[in-house]
Amino acid sequence: MKASAFAYARATSVANALELLVLHGEKARVLSGGQSLIPAINLRLVAPELIVDISDLKELRGIAVKGETLVIGALTRHADLLKSSDIVKCAPLLKAAVAHVAHPAIRNRGTIGGSLAQADPASELPACMLALGATIVVRGPGGERRIAAEDFFTGIYETKLAPQDLLVALELPVARKGSAHFFQEFARRHGDYAIVGLAAQALLQGDRFADLRLGYFAVGDKPVLAKAAGRLTGVAVTPALLAEVSDALSDELDPQQDQQATPAMRRHLAKVLLRRSVATLLNRPDLQAGATA
Amino acid sequence: MTAQVSITLMVNGERVEAQVLPRLNLADFLREQLKLTGTHVGCEHGVCGACTVRVGGEIVRSCLMLAVQVDGAEVETIEGLSDSGEIADLQDAFRDRNALQCGFCTPAMLMAAQDLLQQNPAPAREEIREHLSGNYCRCTGYQAIIDAVENAARARVGRTA
Amino acid sequence: MSSIRSNPETLSVLDRPNSYIGKTVPRPNLDRLLQGRGTYVSDMELPRMAHVAFLRSPHAHAEIVSIDASAAKQMAGVIAVVTGKELSAVITPWVGVLSHLKGLKSAPQSAIAIDRVCWQGEAVAAIVATSRAAAEDAAEHVAVEYREIEAVTDMRTALDPATPVIHASLGDNLAWERVHDAGAVDEAFAGSDAVVEAEFIFGRHTGVTLEPRSVVADWNAAEARLTIYQGTQAPHMVQNIAALHLGLKESQVRVVCKDVGGSFGIKVHIYADEMAIYALSKLLRRPIKFVADRVESFNTDIHARDHRCKGKIGVKRDGSITAFEIDDLTGIGPYSMYPRTSAIEANQVVNLVGGPYTNKNYRARARVVYQNKNVMCQYRAVGHPIACSVTEGLVDLAAMKIGMDPVEIRRRNLIADDAYPCGSPSGLRFEQLSHHASLAKIVEMMDYQALRTEQAALRKKGVHRGIGIASFIEVTNPSAAFYGVGGARISSQDGVAVRLDAQGSVICQTSITEQGQGSESLTAQIVGSVLGVSMDRVRVILGDTDMTPYGGGTWASRGAGIGGEAALQATKILRKNILDVAAVILQSTPAELDIAGNAVVNVGDGAPRIELNELARIVYFRPDTLPPGIQPELMATKHFVPREYPFAFTNGVQAAWVEVDTDSGFVKLLKHWVVEDCGTIINPQLVDEQIRGGVVQGLGAALFEKCIYDERGQLTNANMADYLVPMSGEMPDIDVGHVVSPTRESELGAKGAGEAGTAGAAAAVTNAVNDALSPFGTIITEIPLTPQVILTAMGRI
Repeated sequence: MKASAFAYARATSVANALELLVLHGEKARVLSGGQSLIPAINLRLVAPELIVDISDLKELRGIAVKGETLVIGALTRHADLLKSSDIVKCAPLLKAAVAHVAHPAIRNRGTIGGSLAQADPASELPACMLALGATIVVRGPGGERRIAAEDFFTGIYETKLAPQDLLVALELPVARKGSAHFFQEFARRHGDYAIVGLAAQALLQGDRFADLRLGYFAVGDKPVLAKAAGRLTGVAVTPALLAEVSDALSDELDPQQDQQATPAMRRHLAKVLLRRSVATLLNRPDLQAGATA
Repeated sequence: MTAQVSITLMVNGERVEAQVLPRLNLADFLREQLKLTGTHVGCEHGVCGACTVRVGGEIVRSCLMLAVQVDGAEVETIEGLSDSGEIADLQDAFRDRNALQCGFCTPAMLMAAQDLLQQNPAPAREEIREHLSGNYCRCTGYQAIIDAVENAARARVGRTA
Repeated sequence: MSSIRSNPETLSVLDRPNSYIGKTVPRPNLDRLLQGRGTYVSDMELPRMAHVAFLRSPHAHAEIVSIDASAAKQMAGVIAVVTGKELSAVITPWVGVLSHLKGLKSAPQSAIAIDRVCWQGEAVAAIVATSRAAAEDAAEHVAVEYREIEAVTDMRTALDPATPVIHASLGDNLAWERVHDAGAVDEAFAGSDAVVEAEFIFGRHTGVTLEPRSVVADWNAAEARLTIYQGTQAPHMVQNIAALHLGLKESQVRVVCKDVGGSFGIKVHIYADEMAIYALSKLLRRPIKFVADRVESFNTDIHARDHRCKGKIGVKRDGSITAFEIDDLTGIGPYSMYPRTSAIEANQVVNLVGGPYTNKNYRARARVVYQNKNVMCQYRAVGHPIACSVTEGLVDLAAMKIGMDPVEIRRRNLIADDAYPCGSPSGLRFEQLSHHASLAKIVEMMDYQALRTEQAALRKKGVHRGIGIASFIEVTNPSAAFYGVGGARISSQDGVAVRLDAQGSVICQTSITEQGQGSESLTAQIVGSVLGVSMDRVRVILGDTDMTPYGGGTWASRGAGIGGEAALQATKILRKNILDVAAVILQSTPAELDIAGNAVVNVGDGAPRIELNELARIVYFRPDTLPPGIQPELMATKHFVPREYPFAFTNGVQAAWVEVDTDSGFVKLLKHWVVEDCGTIINPQLVDEQIRGGVVQGLGAALFEKCIYDERGQLTNANMADYLVPMSGEMPDIDVGHVVSPTRESELGAKGAGEAGTAGAAAAVTNAVNDALSPFGTIITEIPLTPQVILTAMGRI
């Protein structure tokens, strides 16, 4: 299929992009990497009247460490994340996750801001934002806002972004000493969206978790920061405790049915990932045994 | 504003000036306006990989870019890579290993393979499989393609050693 | 390579010095495709060419109340909007039946739906415009009023009295039924030590050729001639049918088939929308192009498989199989495809179940029913994956029941290699197969015992790997028994014309077609070898009904065996004719001369006597120098069709080594082996790559591929993100070995190899998964083996 007709404007600055968005409202769509938007346009699933192309805005690109904060420009591409030494140092979870995003040619165009704004509940990066405790920086007609990742994602393809808003950057706390991460997803093929995935960020103190943030994806209408993880911090994790937490996780999730999996399947896989992540992060192979009681 | 837009770009080293509709994607622009039909269209939603070209030296899905977006850019297609001789050894390796049957995926497969070898001159088999995992081939079952890329990589390393 | 060559009469035309037969040589003209300089139909442009987008039904079953195209016709770039009724002025409907499939019934089908749509995706109107985009814009403004009719979607209830009948004129939804009973099945089951039953479920697949179906039709009114550029596997079939339904003579239709971006049986049929393009060209008197987009491909390229087959096997404690019984059900969409029909797959299932084994007691029923889904028809390895999965699944279940090793039970039941010729209880005739040699070879290739040891060791560590074996037979080289006897005008013979050009090179025109299998290569290899010229001197022309002899094309693993033999026989005549002239020129005798290295040489010492280019110069430009009465014939034509056997059966065996993650239900394919016997091997590399490509198509079916319909008949995954094809990351390396039993039906001795890989791959993987899961007592007889299916079967979710 061929795209419906639309007008095209190449934004010259963030201010210019915001002006265009205010002017055209919901009839306009922001084009950053285009790796989700253009397929939808080609399939005539969306037919915007105006495309506001922000992909040339250099001010939105780049990775910088500012004190204890890692700032990633919205137009930073997946390929840039993979190659960045700052990412390896400050947020290695992201690198682990991005390797699972689609394929090289897609990663050369797709951007982190685009991925977060798209808010596909099965995509990797939104869950990473939850696990990493990111702040999403948004600019709109009323100026700049900072939204905690936990509040940012509101539903399937839905976020706190209004049609006139632009996601400009995200801020992550730099990984502290004692940090560890775990990333795994169950996808049918390399690069596919996951059936269930987990992006986990931990702070270890001896043989215990001082902090554990489990960002699940493809388990509901938006990424989920599992509350059950709290019960694993500051205590010695036993198989019995893990089993309890596993049940609590199962209760907490509200997965959807689709062609890949039933809700029961997703709950099951989420529990498998819980055990695998805890066993790996604590280096306790014994916790993984009998993963699926 | 849905009217045609003027763009100027370099395609395979030649300067191209063109008028394009905003909705025209890069794959269709290359094929229909520039008659560079070596770039193929298999799905138009960014999954099959058949339309892979290089923009600014990096591989992209040309069905997932608009022609207006390549204004000022450098675009390279299979025709360019063939005529320059850049991938002659890869093409030889594909021929010798019969790493193509119908040939429809082949130009893009070569693009992706060359991209891998530029970044990783001595990839392991699994790395080749992974790098090409976004390029669909229904004919070969992939093994001959993996072999051909592996053979070409070995020969290149041998030449530069 | 072990060889059971059965016709070793002295030195054949294939064993000449410098023969290309049996050698790996690169395919000619690959550079064209490697450099992106091929010509696929989707690349073609003609002057005044217009583009078509079809408006397609969103409903699985509905009455078309009205179509209002007035707004669309006013839109920029729109040339015409044509409905089915309007198009029926230039093209007649068809019915997809064959007389040898007794009782097969179908309803008339039109190029574009008239009054009623019967599946989601059926074309309702054609929008012709200056570009595809403009046509799609206008399609959004064609207003169609539908009255929905209840859709028949579940094959299991299609025959229930309460289910609506899709075509009232047919009386019910039963397209075809075949019942077969051989031997004494009930007695055999009664006398068995164990009887095992299972229901095997197969997903609906489609071919997903990377180049979608594409056609450019060019009606030249001044010439009164239609040229069809199409990526078809059977140009003469398309010519015949286009002429028939457009009211033309065959001589008024030319079909040209240039490069084809994949076929696999998808492009061997007559599609309604392609017929519409031929008709639109005639109606509008200009070239018309249609390239299916990917969504249309999923909704309208033929689907295949989608069978539910109940199977039963009896076995004695010593492992001997006493009987097979099957009850197969398949839903084929609302029409039987034209002209090959949609009953062939079920027919093949009945024919092939139990085929590798000595058992004589066999009962089968197959029912083919109509439903409101996309049409189903022949796709690579028609019926084979179903028959093989059912047979080999049952054999493994029987082995498990009596505690016998899967290799051992096969050894005890496979037809002995020295038992041929013989027949099967379903009526098949086998000339020469090599099941035991093949099994022995694969056991050695995979080091079966070592794998079993490794499996046992890993199992103790909680790693669950499995081995799956699947023996199979494959239908190749079909004679007229396949389609011709049923009344279809589909040629089972092929023809080849070879001629020496004026510079001593060879031009070879063949009726087989090329879609990447290597038809061009194998033809050039045969011609070069038989004639004694180098391959670079042989130019092969194919895919043009104006330019080639009449023939069937390339499908059903027939190109090498049938077209190759025609090439061999034609070249033998050309060689004789050349030697006759050479003898005159050289004042020698033909018996003293040979052709080698592009020259006529002495038989005795091989000394060159005259270059072929010199001979050609004399014949074409100085015939005056030849003695009176000598009229050289430097062109020869021969045709070939197998006559003794309806099909040249091949055989083989596949093995899969897999690991199942019992936590997640994910299957990792670790390694795959195939041993097959396609008779004479013309080019080992091409054969191996046919096998590998075929295996991966079967692995896609085993793990990933399925057209998912909802209960209202909507295809819910009609895109490449949701319909999962096999990609490089998940596919294993595949080792291929051969046993060679040439057919005596031809001098060449070649049988087909195009479908062997697909035939047994899913069966091997399914058996391997069940083997891996044997400690859990889990048996799965459904594909695709998705994580959901596996975890559900294991009781984990």
